[in-house]
Amino acid sequence: MANKISDETIEYVGILAKLELSGQEKEDAKADMEKMLDYIDTLNELDTEGIEPMSHVFPVHNVFREDVVVNGDGSEDTLANAPLKKDQSFKVPKTIG
Amino acid sequence: MAKQYETVIGLEVHVELATKTKIFCSCSTEFGGAPNTHTCPVCTGMPGSLPVLNKQVVEYAMAIGLATNCDITKVCKFDRKNYFYPDNPQNYQISQLYLPIARNGYVEIEVGDTKKKVRIHEMHMEEDAGKLIHDEWDDTSLVDYNRSGVPLVEIVSEPDMRSADEVIAYLEKLRTIIQYLGASDCKLQEGSMRADVNLSVREAGTKEFGTRTEMKNLNSFKAIARAIEGEHERQIELIEAGKMVVQETRRWDDNKESSHAMRSKEDAQDYRYFPEPDLVPIVISDEWIDKIRSRQPEFRDEKLERYKKEFDIPQYDAEIITESKQMADIFEKTTALCGKSKKVSNWLMVETMRLLKEKGMEPEDISFSPENLAKLIQLTEAGTINSSVAKEVFEQIFDKDVDPDQYVEEHGLKTVNDEGALEAVLEKIIAENPQAVADYRGGKEKALGALVGQTMKAMKGKANPGMVNQKLKEMLK
Repeated sequence: MANKISDETIEYVGILAKLELSGQEKEDAKADMEKMLDYIDTLNELDTEGIEPMSHVFPVHNVFREDVVVNGDGSEDTLANAPLKKDQSFKVPKTIG
Repeated sequence: MAKQYETVIGLEVHVELATKTKIFCSCSTEFGGAPNTHTCPVCTGMPGSLPVLNKQVVEYAMAIGLATNCDITKVCKFDRKNYFYPDNPQNYQISQLYLPIARNGYVEIEVGDTKKKVRIHEMHMEEDAGKLIHDEWDDTSLVDYNRSGVPLVEIVSEPDMRSADEVIAYLEKLRTIIQYLGASDCKLQEGSMRADVNLSVREAGTKEFGTRTEMKNLNSFKAIARAIEGEHERQIELIEAGKMVVQETRRWDDNKESSHAMRSKEDAQDYRYFPEPDLVPIVISDEWIDKIRSRQPEFRDEKLERYKKEFDIPQYDAEIITESKQMADIFEKTTALCGKSKKVSNWLMVETMRLLKEKGMEPEDISFSPENLAKLIQLTEAGTINSSVAKEVFEQIFDKDVDPDQYVEEHGLKTVNDEGALEAVLEKIIAENPQAVADYRGGKEKALGALVGQTMKAMKGKANPGMVNQKLKEMLK
């Protein structure tokens, strides 16, 4: 059972991912996504009736940290690769919150 | 007859938790550091970095959940909320969608004489975003990630409120509970408590909800009240004109007292939530819940009742004092020291409230010690200083927590109880004010007040007013 990805869907996913795709790239992405969905469909063949959904693959829970400040001034490392900076801040195109 | 409309309001309240460190890393949460100084690879979303949950965040969230009558989710986990925005360096926010830490609670509010329950749908833990500052000089935005990763809880109510008064009562209730827990300072102006208002209107008597809008950028109780009023009017106007209310997010501009749409319908929100793979689930045992429950403080409602009984103060006093835990703590400690509950209550309700208002401070900012207030009350009770001097000394206590015994001594503020000295001053005042003296003798009782005032002034406020009154009357007979 082959899944079909419509032109609208690939357009929408592109917008969400902030990607501009050319015509050929869109076709390639559609084919890839269809394959992925087909693969996931394999899971539907299993009977999962009565099985608790799993929220994590590791048999581990409650990994915590105590509330103690350990990190110091990290501004230099944080800003090291900033393409543009000003006043110890990242400079980005005007954005209104 | 004009149609009657009902406003239906639900709230999403974000509260910044008072932890020392961020939710997923050991960076400081301290407010006001230089830009990007409280950052590390985790809270700036560097590839390969891994979050580790701060236990205190879970405990604060549990405490708030219990205090708002919620069920604590025994197995809870985090989810990723995906969106692109410069304040969000990972391009996702770690939040909780499917299994939030607390659900199905309520708080009781009182408006006028009516009590009602506002139900809480759910409460979840999440991380805050960075801060964008608009740079006027080159018309760009500057991003500071100090706030990125600061822990928040978001408390989502059911659409149970019907007026701005109910909304304010609900927010005040939440704020008091959370402040009593010490889980946050809940300052709206500084953004440690933020409320988004979901509002719709419907014709009175109908069951179905109208289309709702979400209003953001509300940073004072007054702004919230005005925004509710404005949005209520706007929606009714649309409906009356036969137009549709559009489901959208609107930004309130309190200066213009109007709102505008932030995100259009075309730009629909699709956060593509999925379970956060970098964090393991949280399993909360009954023992853990019991431990948190046993640590809960006495909350405002219980405290208020106890104060009325134990300290014999009126309802009104008890309401004002218990509004903030800091104030209540000072009240109890001072009363324990001086034993004069009503006097303590008066100092807190009158002078303290006045000074707080004058200086634009919150009760949480009070820094004077109960010891010094107790000493001041003892000085007044013993007649060592009179009430106007006491007010002056209190201002010093409020500002600098001065020791009143020492201050009164150093500034020579003790009441003069020396009759001889007083008589000498009175004789002079009487001689200098023949008109007032004649008026008083002619039956104008009020004329005495002017003479008392002049005497107090002549004695630099240190006279005992009762004694001045009595002496004057005797001498004018």
